[in-house]
Amino acid sequence: MLALGIESTAHTFGCAVAEMKEKRNGTFTILSDVRSSYKPPEGSGIHPRDASRHHASVCHRMLKQAITLSSLKMESIDIIGYSAGPGLGPCLRIGAVLARLLSTYYRKPLVPVNHALAHIELGAQLTGARNPLVILVSGGHTMILLYLNKRWRIFGETLDITIGQLFDQFGRSLGFSSPCGSTIEKLANESKREYSWIPYTIKGNDVSFSGLLTSALKRPKGEKSDIGNTCYSLQETAFAILAEATERAIAFTNKEEVVVVGGVAANRRLADMLSHVCSRHGSKLHICPTRYAGDNGVQIALTSLIDHSHSKVSIAPENGFIDQSWRLDSVNVSWR
Amino acid sequence: MLLRSILPLSNRLPVLIKKGSEADLFLIDWYDKQAISKLRTKRTYRHPVLDRELRYRRTIHEAEMVSKAKEAGIRSPYLYFLDTERNEIIMEYIEGVNLKTVLSADLALELGECIAKLHFKNIIHGDVTTSNFILERLSRQNNTRLAIIDFGLSFYSQRLEDMASDVRMLKEVLNSVHHELFDQAFSNFVKAYSSFSPYERGKKVLRKVNEIERRGRYSRIADSY
Repeated sequence: MLALGIESTAHTFGCAVAEMKEKRNGTFTILSDVRSSYKPPEGSGIHPRDASRHHASVCHRMLKQAITLSSLKMESIDIIGYSAGPGLGPCLRIGAVLARLLSTYYRKPLVPVNHALAHIELGAQLTGARNPLVILVSGGHTMILLYLNKRWRIFGETLDITIGQLFDQFGRSLGFSSPCGSTIEKLANESKREYSWIPYTIKGNDVSFSGLLTSALKRPKGEKSDIGNTCYSLQETAFAILAEATERAIAFTNKEEVVVVGGVAANRRLADMLSHVCSRHGSKLHICPTRYAGDNGVQIALTSLIDHSHSKVSIAPENGFIDQSWRLDSVNVSWR
Repeated sequence: MLLRSILPLSNRLPVLIKKGSEADLFLIDWYDKQAISKLRTKRTYRHPVLDRELRYRRTIHEAEMVSKAKEAGIRSPYLYFLDTERNEIIMEYIEGVNLKTVLSADLALELGECIAKLHFKNIIHGDVTTSNFILERLSRQNNTRLAIIDFGLSFYSQRLEDMASDVRMLKEVLNSVHHELFDQAFSNFVKAYSSFSPYERGKKVLRKVNEIERRGRYSRIADSY
């Protein structure tokens, strides 16, 4: 079965064509994967309206490229998957409009996909993890999840901002443009590594990063070495919080596998800390490959394939909804 | 450490009984009595400054709070010894089963009572997961009693927000790990919590729990009203 996946939750617009033979565990092949990301001006974040304008201006090109690269015709695609939420409303709408249009014109089943679920499914598929504890860390999510009784359940999550937002908002105050995670990692690596105390907040299984942000924003920014040390301290503290939260979750659930997905999975320091945590508890750590850790169309295509092949569910184009607050723990997972 | 070396310790080796998230628990002999040694070991992945501070603070905190909980009428381990250099607490070994494995709707009532009593003394437990409770068997009466262990994240507070975060944490645990019991267990917990809380406080705390959930990511604002 062939699927076209359309992703447009935040700054990335992506289209991908993927194939899955038979049902789940069948071979999964990525036939094409194209993306275009909206770059906000330096020092500012993603403006939903500007990002959606970017998506609207590139979507036809992305679609064409995805189809051409897969050397298929639009007619031979079996289903159309699109990310229906959670995400930024105006951005989601662009993807949904395109998906509804294609579904109507080519008479293909339309499959709405939860974006967070898509991150998990692709991470599990690529790493081969079967029943993992999932750490979803990105600009939109910071969650520790476990699968239980037909749903992904939240073991712990952030009570305020996500780890991605923490880095982005701090980075923006220094004049970088979002996403700032990689810049902060670079500055931290180049710094003198002088640690200064930043509030460490862990509330039970949950984490909170707003206090870290306030504290980091108040640090001196005059010298380059000051900035480097703040980046270093911020990263050390934030990841130590995540590592402890992960350790708590492993100790409580005894999971033997841990999968890290989402844009922040690309950070080397986080991977390093989590590998320590996992080896201490005898669990196996899987990190989603960097290329597929962030938002992309492949995850949407894969999830729509899995969903459709099991539940046979699709919706009529006129019912193609978007939902900015579509929480992962409200999605029924029929296939696991 | 000098003090440790003059204390008569048994020859029996400590037995690791739980590798926790922030500490390891050993079953040891303490003056011919079984005891628990809770050792906060180094986390090499953390920055040394952060690591030292966290382990030190939590050890001291826990030693204080585990005793203070008794003022609230809560069964908690008796403290035998505190070693702030090794970050080790030696305390009573409470025999029983872990609540995580035996949770039922009825036990959720007891859980609500426990947490309400702690909050009455302005003690916030900070880590209300079911694995932090032991159902102790009382040999004489053929009865059981709930004991709270692990006060590593506890602190004093009168804020509703902090009390609510205890309740919310338990709610999250019930809804994930014990999700098949959730409806009954949580409503029983609320019933007991409210009846053991001072006037209207139960209601206020629950309202705050809703508020915290609304602050959460992608929460449906309309649903919570």
